[in-house]
Amino acid sequence: MGKRYEICLSGSGGQGLILAGIILAEAAGVYESKYVAQTQSYGPEARGGASKAEVVISDEEIDYPMATRLDLLLAMNQKSSDSFYFDLKPEGTLVVDSTFVTQTPTTKAVCIPFTEIARKELGREMVANIIALAALATLTKVVSLKSLEAAVLARVPKGTEELNRKALQLGSKAAKAILKERKPESIQGHGPDHEDTAYE
Amino acid sequence: MKPSLVSSKQQVIRSQNPESRSDTAQGARHKEYIGQRVSFGPEPYAFAKGELMARKGKKKPRLLQGNEAIVEGALAAGCSFFAGYPITPASEISEILAYRLPQVEGTFIQMEDEIASLGAVIGASLAGAKSMTATSGPGFSLMQENLGFACVAEVPCVIVNVMRGGPSTGLPTNPSQGDVMQARWGTHGDHPIIVLAPSTVRDSFDITVKAFNFSERYRTPVIVLSDEVVAHTRETVVLPDPDEIEVLDRIRPSMPPEWYIPYEDTSSGVPAMGIFGDGYRYHVTGLIHDIRGFPTARTDEIEPFMRRLFRKINQSFHDIQIVNHFMTEDAELIVIAYGSVARSARRAVLDARDKGVKAGLLHLVTLYPFPRRDVMATIRDARVVLVPEMNMGQISREVKRVNEGMSQVATLNRIDGCMITPQEIYDWLIKEA
Repeated sequence: MGKRYEICLSGSGGQGLILAGIILAEAAGVYESKYVAQTQSYGPEARGGASKAEVVISDEEIDYPMATRLDLLLAMNQKSSDSFYFDLKPEGTLVVDSTFVTQTPTTKAVCIPFTEIARKELGREMVANIIALAALATLTKVVSLKSLEAAVLARVPKGTEELNRKALQLGSKAAKAILKERKPESIQGHGPDHEDTAYE
Repeated sequence: MKPSLVSSKQQVIRSQNPESRSDTAQGARHKEYIGQRVSFGPEPYAFAKGELMARKGKKKPRLLQGNEAIVEGALAAGCSFFAGYPITPASEISEILAYRLPQVEGTFIQMEDEIASLGAVIGASLAGAKSMTATSGPGFSLMQENLGFACVAEVPCVIVNVMRGGPSTGLPTNPSQGDVMQARWGTHGDHPIIVLAPSTVRDSFDITVKAFNFSERYRTPVIVLSDEVVAHTRETVVLPDPDEIEVLDRIRPSMPPEWYIPYEDTSSGVPAMGIFGDGYRYHVTGLIHDIRGFPTARTDEIEPFMRRLFRKINQSFHDIQIVNHFMTEDAELIVIAYGSVARSARRAVLDARDKGVKAGLLHLVTLYPFPRRDVMATIRDARVVLVPEMNMGQISREVKRVNEGMSQVATLNRIDGCMITPQEIYDWLIKEA
């Protein structure tokens, strides 16, 4: 098996996790020409209920499209942090939205209050998913911020570009603050490397 | 240029939907809405005056979902009519066609239920439009009555069934392969049918085009049996240019209308199809009919009719039955899989080969007419055959039927609403090796 990187974005329905999964897959697949497969599982509810998007990024064609052992897990609520943590590889990275996740299963977890940042800085909780994506990209370099920005702007509704750009900057800033105070090894896991100068 | 049975321009039903006209206030809002979509990217194909246009510039990969690929495949094949009722996990097909079809001056109708949906599709097809509908298990059950009608009246149409957990409303958001036998035998009476199963996003596109071609060439309903995993997985794909796609149209009568005999036998078994409104008047019925389309009870008319229905499919097995071989040549252990499970099987076979196990995959694209010859030839020299399925064993029965005791046929069934993983198939291969 070639280099296969498995990501799970989890939380509750309405937090925009499936859209985040699509954007992440598009950033890697369309803008960085990698093989990607994005799948999702969700309940029948429109809001609430468990929601999960998985993105597999690989250097070779992907047959089994779902994640089996995660390299990167984003948990946007307590329940998903508790239940999907066990799918994480020992060397995988856990990132949680500390607005909702108060008890992390490991001290190595990266805690960033995505929803709180969105609410306080931008007045729109809606973009918490975009802030989280920028943080994931900054922490693990799974995609470059440049590709991510292109993918975000191609998917979001017209008129919200500025809001989303700001969200990306906030997410990247929050992740950089984490990287400054902790060594990258302490948060485990490292995606493919990129020369990345955006938002410096 | 690929061969086409009929070169005449495809008939298009003009849109009656005021929303598709931009000169109304409602139409303007509709346009605005299209511009604001977030969940779907830009359309891969441009249309002008209802005709498919070649895209400018280099082919770019796009991130598409299986359901989106079905829509693009349908449009590329010339679909101009859709009637349906949204249902998870097939809703995206309705959702996208609702704004894509008006762009090709086609028609989208949301019907009151699935019985009416297929009824409308049959009507549109008789009027000359390439027509389709999409649904999932519960809706597919309702369509069975009209599916039989389409078989006996020989109306080309495409029915997409994105399989979810059943029976009844079952598991709306989980995958399953429980509708295989229903696709084959769901409607009553003895009848041939074509059932195709995609396993990737690109497959979904190609198979939808094929489904339209088969339905037009053989004047029969064709069922595209997708599943929740294939439907909702997004992958980057590069879709072929319109001129690379083979599109077939139904054979139209060449004689004057007064000489037209609607159900006359031909060497292919497929009668030329007159279009309602073109002057070729004939009677369409669900009753067994004579060559003029009127009900008959004469044994010397019933049997030739039924035999022709079967013959038109049976003598074209070479065209209809599609399978993909993957490392089967020297394989001692053969996995026979279809749909999303074929993806897991491919990975398992590759991993087993790495361990020195002579494994191979026979990937069935056409489920019905069951590719007996291919399956027989492949499993004859195999020691054991495994049929992994997300049901209690529907295709495995067919494999056992054609096996005739030559090999040992094992099953691997999963009915918990989850996809079969490569690990499960791999473990079996290692155990059997």
